[in-house]
Amino acid sequence: MSNTLLEVKNLKKYFKTTKGMLHAVDDISFTINRGETLGLVGESGCGKSTTGRVVLRLLESTAGEVLFGGADVLAFNKKELRRFRENAQIVFQDPFASLNPRMTVAEIIGEPLVINKKTSNRADLYKRVIKLMDTVGLASRFENSYPHELDGGRRQRIGIARALALNPSFIVQDEPVSALDVSIQAQILNLMDELQKEFKLTYLFISHDLGVIKHVSKNIAVMYLGKIVEMSDYSSIFKNPLHPYTKALLSAIPIPRVDKKRERIILEGDVPNPIEPPPGCRFYGRCFCRKDICKDTDPELKQVSETRFVACHVAT
Amino acid sequence: MGDVTVNVNNESKKKRSQLHDVWRRFRKSPIAMTGLCVVVFMVLVALFADVIAPSDGRNPGYDIHNLGNRFQAPNAEHIMGTDEFGRDIFARVVHGSRVSLLVGFIVVTFSMTLGVIVGAIAGFFGKVAENILMRFIDVLLSIPPILLAISIAAAMRPGMMSIVLAVGIGALPLYARVMRASVLTVKEQEFIEAAYSIGASKFRIIRKHVLPNCIAPIIVQATMGLAYAILWAAALSFLGIGIQPPTPEWGAMLSEGRMYIRDHWHMVMFPGMAIAIMIFALNMMGDGLRDAFDPRLKK
Repeated sequence: MSNTLLEVKNLKKYFKTTKGMLHAVDDISFTINRGETLGLVGESGCGKSTTGRVVLRLLESTAGEVLFGGADVLAFNKKELRRFRENAQIVFQDPFASLNPRMTVAEIIGEPLVINKKTSNRADLYKRVIKLMDTVGLASRFENSYPHELDGGRRQRIGIARALALNPSFIVQDEPVSALDVSIQAQILNLMDELQKEFKLTYLFISHDLGVIKHVSKNIAVMYLGKIVEMSDYSSIFKNPLHPYTKALLSAIPIPRVDKKRERIILEGDVPNPIEPPPGCRFYGRCFCRKDICKDTDPELKQVSETRFVACHVAT
Repeated sequence: MGDVTVNVNNESKKKRSQLHDVWRRFRKSPIAMTGLCVVVFMVLVALFADVIAPSDGRNPGYDIHNLGNRFQAPNAEHIMGTDEFGRDIFARVVHGSRVSLLVGFIVVTFSMTLGVIVGAIAGFFGKVAENILMRFIDVLLSIPPILLAISIAAAMRPGMMSIVLAVGIGALPLYARVMRASVLTVKEQEFIEAAYSIGASKFRIIRKHVLPNCIAPIIVQATMGLAYAILWAAALSFLGIGIQPPTPEWGAMLSEGRMYIRDHWHMVMFPGMAIAIMIFALNMMGDGLRDAFDPRLKK
């Protein structure tokens, strides 16, 4: 069995709009090994959530390949897709919107088991729901509560329990902590860490928060406007970012000390419009070390060392 | 970790489900509660009509003729007077509540069921299905209800069925539109995507996730719709294309009394009052329900 669980090749997702094609995800490739986490980081609207949804086929891709354990996800028929979804789950960003307000906690967590006919009787279902609640640290007294009665952290635990219900091997974490208080964030992140070790889970961890990404993932991919601009293991990317965008991004992490100040790189201008983007480097307009070649030729993601990839004419 | 942060939401202890919440807000409104009480009273009257106005053994309570007693003004024996056949108007109004409420409930059930199905399909699937269904609804909307009722009554025998069809078809578009609008907002929410991700079928998603989150506006619409149905049923009976005599129906009673209105005001007064009170109560209740379902109106 190969060590690679998920392999994404040249994945594209365009949305049709009245003004033209919106390039949400534009030709990205990455792999995730079993039991590991890939952190996907980028600013709002750069296509990171879309990537997560296309990988799970909650959205249909425009082009490209997604291989899950060697099988082509995008070619799955209805039955195969159902089996795939037992293996690949998602935790959503907003624990308020992602839980049906008319269902109790136990109903929400038990639903995947009922739909996929994993249990035949109520007693067994109940037992498994309580066990799942215990796994994610939810007291069983909340079983008959409704989501709106619980705080954000507990709600997110419900979402995690629902994702775990089918014993998946792969979970897309779509900004699972960005809607939570900082104190709760740490709890949830630790919980995810424990679950990963316990169940040997593989995560695609999507976030805009580099601090959070640093905490959870060994490998990091930085996205900018639908493209992966840099992909690396986390220690080298934090020590020595190669792509100018990554440099700017890292310089924005606050240091929690008064006497130390980081030299911030302030980017000028705005993110360009993803609708029918011009050829050339997506970052050209805001880059502080651009060259003429960047204007017309889109840099490809090139391997610069064993674990590092960067898409930049200047950095390599 | 785990219990380091204590996050107890005190408010959450009080409320159980959302419906409980709605009831709590509903109870606070005196107008809505008045409406509810009147409606409940009317329903009880309808249920116990045979006890309140019993039959004499040969004829039902509402159809006991006594030609010697014609056109009596309200008195101790006949508190609402008698009509041109000497029948007790009070008994007829009491029994009439049965017909009105029954017609109302059947119409609401009929138009709500069809409207909800049409609206849900149109809203959820969109595209071609939506276009076909909603244009069909537009066609229904463009037919004047009276005209539709007259044609249906002409095609069939006038009676309960023709009223139900005519008024029901007239009310259907309202439910379909309300339903479609709320399905459109609900289906974009993340928990629908979550349901897809755990492998739920479209049918299950509609049944378990979309419909339960769309019922609030439909309940409000149904309460208002009940008033609308009763009013229209009375109007059609008044015109003679609804419930036929001797069955007592408020609208039909108005129609009979119309000829004697100069000399015997009580013949139109009491059935008219019954209609007005019923509609008024239902509308008060509907208004209260609408406010109670909308938490943004919390004072």
